[in-house]
Formats: sequence, C-alpha cells, structure tokens
Amino acid sequence: MIYLARRFGFYVVTAWAAITINFFIPRLMPGNPVELLLSRLSQAGPVTPGMRNALAVAFGLNTHSSLLTQYFQYWGQLFHGNLGTSITYYPSSVASVIASALPWTIGLVGTATVIAFVLGTVIGTIAAWRRGSFLDVALPATAFLQALPYFWVGLVAIELFSIKLGWFPLSGGYDAGLSTNLSGAFLGSASVHALLPAFTVVITSMAGWMVGQRNVMITTLDQDYVLVAQAKGVSQRRVMISYAARNAILPNFASFAQALGFVVSGALLVELVFSYPGIGYVLLNAVNNEDFPMMEAIFLIIVLAVLAANFIADLVYVVLDPRARQEA
Amino acid sequence: MTLLETAVSADVRSQKPAARSGVWAWLRRSRWVTAGLILLGIFVVIAIFGSTIAPDDPSAIGLQSLAPPSAHHLLGTTQTGQDVLSQLLIGAQSTLLIGFMTGLIATALSVIVGVSAGYFGGNGGELLSLLSNIFLVIPGLPLLIVLASYVPHASWWVFALVLSLVGWAWGARVLRAQTLAFRQQDFVQAAKAAGESNWRIIMYEILPNEVAIVATSFVFTVVYAIGFYVALCFLGLGNINTWSWGTMLYYAQSNQAITSGAWWWYVPPGIAVALLILGLVMLNFGIDEFINPRLRAAGLTRRDLRMASKQQGITPVLGTRPVPSLAFTQYTATTTNGRRPR
Repeated sequence: MIYLARRFGFYVVTAWAAITINFFIPRLMPGNPVELLLSRLSQAGPVTPGMRNALAVAFGLNTHSSLLTQYFQYWGQLFHGNLGTSITYYPSSVASVIASALPWTIGLVGTATVIAFVLGTVIGTIAAWRRGSFLDVALPATAFLQALPYFWVGLVAIELFSIKLGWFPLSGGYDAGLSTNLSGAFLGSASVHALLPAFTVVITSMAGWMVGQRNVMITTLDQDYVLVAQAKGVSQRRVMISYAARNAILPNFASFAQALGFVVSGALLVELVFSYPGIGYVLLNAVNNEDFPMMEAIFLIIVLAVLAANFIADLVYVVLDPRARQEA
Repeated sequence: MTLLETAVSADVRSQKPAARSGVWAWLRRSRWVTAGLILLGIFVVIAIFGSTIAPDDPSAIGLQSLAPPSAHHLLGTTQTGQDVLSQLLIGAQSTLLIGFMTGLIATALSVIVGVSAGYFGGNGGELLSLLSNIFLVIPGLPLLIVLASYVPHASWWVFALVLSLVGWAWGARVLRAQTLAFRQQDFVQAAKAAGESNWRIIMYEILPNEVAIVATSFVFTVVYAIGFYVALCFLGLGNINTWSWGTMLYYAQSNQAITSGAWWWYVPPGIAVALLILGLVMLNFGIDEFINPRLRAAGLTRRDLRMASKQQGITPVLGTRPVPSLAFTQYTATTTNGRRPR
C-alpha cells in the first residue's frame, strides 16, 4: 500500500499547489480586482460586511496585513467552505451554486469518460491485433476526430440531430416543467438530455485512448511471452486479450491522469454549447460577468475532482498491476 | 515545422553519418510526415498571405445578413454581413502565431527543466519532477480561463506566455525519463570519464539523441496551444481586435448561428482548426514511427506484413531490427504460420 500512500501524498501536494496558485493569481495580476468586484457586487445587491470581508481575504484587499497572514486567513476561509458570494447568481454563495451544478458535470463527464475509455481501448486492441486491416486505414479518420474541437462537434451535433432531425432536445439538462427529484420522469428526461453531450465527449475523446492502446499493444505483441503463448498453442482470442491487451492496458491506464485533464477541459465547453446545467455552463456565465470568486472556486473544485478521479484510477491500477501492489 | 527542420539539421550536424541518413531518409519516406508537412505548409502560406488574398475587409459590415455561400461571398456572410471567407483567411495568422510561439517557449522550458532534472537528479531533480507532475494533473483550461480573465483581450504574446506556462510539463516529464535512462549508459559515462563538462555532455551527447522526443513534444504543445487558444477565444476571452477562428466561433455562437441554420458561419472555422491539428498529429505519427520502429508496420498491405513476419518472427518490423534469437525465430516462423496476427 506504499504505492497508494505515495500517490495520495502527491495529490495532497498538488491540491496545496493549486490552492496556492489560486491565492497568488489575483495578487500578482495587474490592477486591483477587489475594487471592481465590490462595485459589481453592490450593483447586484446590498453588500454585507461578511461578503466584503470574504472578498478581501480571497483577493487581497486587506493590504495592511502581511502576505503570510493573508495566506493563513485564506486557508481558514477555505476550511469553512466559504468561497465568497457569486456576482452572477447574487445573493447565492459560490459554494451553493457549485454544489448544485457539480452532480451534473460528474454524471456527464464520468459516464462519457468511462464509455470512451472502454470503447477506445477495445478498438485500439483490435486495431493493433489486425494490423494492415481497414482499422489502420481508419487511423487518419480517428486522428481527424481527435483534432476537432469538442465544442465545435457539439455545435454540429445540435444542428444535425436536434434541429434538422429533431431527435434530441436542443439544450438544458431536463425538461423545464419537471422538478429536480429522483422520479422516473425526471431521470428519463435527464438521460435524454445527456445523450447528445455525452456522445460529443465520447466521439472526440475516444480516438486518444484508441491510438494509445494500439501503439502500446503493438510493442507488447513483440514480447517473448506473447510469442511463447502462441507457440504453445494458446487460442488466439486468449493471446490477444489475456496476454497482450492485459499488459498493454497498463501504460494507457497510467496516462489516464493527463488525459482526464483534457477531457474535463473539453467537457466544460461541451456543457456550455448545450447549456447543460453543470460547472462548465456556470463557468461561462462567470466569465461573461467577470465573476472572479466563482471562476477561482470552479478552478479549485475541478482540480479537486480531477485529483479524486485520479486516485480512483490509482486504486484500479493497483488491482490491474501486481508490481504496484508489491512495491514496498 | 520550422523547428522540426532546424531540429533535423541540428541532428545532421551532430550525429554520426549512419544515424544522420537514418533520420533524414525516414522523414522523407514517411507518408505521415509528407502529408502533415503539406497540410501545415498550406496553413503557413494562408497565415502569411491571408490579408493579401482575403477578398474583403473581415470587419466591414455589409448589407447581406446571413447570406448563404454564393459567387460574391464564397463562404457566405455573418449576421452583420461580414465576409466569412475573409475572416477565415485572416484568422489563420493569430492562431498559428500563438500555437508556434507557445510551442517554442514551452519546449524550451521543458528541455531546460526535463533534461536538468534527469541529468543532475538529486533533490533538485526530484523537486522539478514533482513540479512538472503537478502541472500535468491540474486541468489546463480552467486555469487558463482564470488567468485570461484577469488580462482581458491581451495581445498575442501574453497568450503565448500564459499557454507556455501551463503547457510545458508534458515534454519535461518525457525528457526527464529519457535523460535518466541515458545518464546510466556507456556513452555518457565515457564522456564523463574523459572529463567533458556537464554542459558539453548535455549539449553534444544527450540532446542530439533526444531530437525526436523534443520534436514530438514541440508538435504536441503546438496542438495543445491551438486547441486551448481557440477555446479561450470561443469563450470571448480572446483579443476582440484580432480575428481568429475561435473569435469567429464566439460570434457565431453568441449570435445564434446554429438555431438560424447558418452553418457556413461556424463550420469553416471548425474544419480549419481540425485540418491544422490533423496536419500536426500526422507529423507526430511520423516521428512516433521513427522513435518506435514497430509502429512502422502499420499502414502496409497485408501481403507486405506477412512477408515481413515470415522473415522476422511474430511481430513484423520493417527495417533493421536486431533478431534476438535466430533459432527461436525460425521455429515460430514455421509453427505459427497462418495463425499469427496479421
């Protein structure tokens, strides 16, 4: 379990780094965002001393105290879950807006990522196994898919499937008339609304997994143990799945961390295109309203979510790779 | 592309004759590299001469609102009657400029961090490695959005700097791993024993052997920079005074081009981004195949592969591959014939 402990330690350090970056960005940037934020906040509604104080701690209005004191105050505020007041969604707190948007994003990105990973790995395995077949010819086509901007694929998907064909709803996360509870009608509506955004993420992110798996698999197929397995007459399907693909998946899985960052970034834009009620859509509104508290909080929450997902991936990796288990 | 060429020529100067002709011949023979370079070349020409060949002023407001493609406007017009083709041609410049600038800066950063972390090792090396791993895990786009919001409508070099700051880590990690491996090898140990300075060993012994990796990481960074620059512009965080493909998409999206069916407005910039990135990705496929000769077999006909595998055992590898054990290879060539993967 030393492997997992080390990974966990790394994530803690990364979270600390992200929070520290977040602390320093507004303080290093030109101009004083706090004045701007206060004036914008007062346009949205009355500003309580608490709101003012929260802004000051987060963005450095309190220039009398030292940077170190500010830093500790900032941490104190984070531990209380106080991320400030949103300008866009005044008077809701940033934390409450994120709490209501996060499940949508996790549901959409999580499902789409798992589907894309499984599909990409399976197709990549077969493409490596059958080199010279049509799948190799399809490689440039998948490279093209990978090259398309996520959000642009979303735009085209809306045009084709929602407007022209009318198969899917145009935008949103569920039918406007329904209330958000766990009723069958709501869940059905939510799934129908999620199909097209999920399809967009799967189509654009699958190719990366596929090419990765194919390239590692081709190298693995050259290993002696694959040769031995074939020589002793193990069935072809078993050689492909249990010998070659089983080992080829490890590096691909290990690069999950980096890929996930890209998928999350892309999915944020997909949400925006579909007006999907997740973090990405909130982020767009925050950008349009120069809602810095919201943007910084979203950055933090995305980092934390990605770190959590990475840790889950590490847990699975320990199950897949005995070397990670024995490392002591 | 320019860096790749200089990288290749640097390689030609510094490596042994055999290796030299290898890289060069491979790059010229590879269909991936040829196709990628042709695509890129077209875009570079458009980026340089875009404003000359553009039929109209991209910002000039015309009378025909949302006109579909016609002889007068080859790609139709926007809601305010601007010529889409002109915007597309002129938009290439900032996108390519920022992409390649970021590639240069970030690759320089990753070479400095990656090679020194790998070569010198120790606590400093571990720290640099930790730093690059942290930047790898933090998702780029949200961080870029926060940074770009503080400097709204910044000029192109600010974008290139910010994108480099967020995107150097991947190359650094790969280069560190490779340098760590080289450090233990005989040619580096020999150079050390001969009393060569660290600087000289890095510049003349290690880096020339990492040219292909540096080139891949450069191309990869350009891909990343273009993708994220387009995304930032799409969010309205780009410079509104400069036309770019992302800005076109931003205006198209915010003016309901999709619901009004004006596909000629948003389809061309997306295709342009995809073709440009495709060119870069194909270039990277070519370099990948150079680094890993096993991948070269892909794209050949079945017959070629069967011939190759008959000669060389289970995995067809074209070119010079040391055959591990001749007897074993011959054994499998006869027993697994017809049952091996094609």
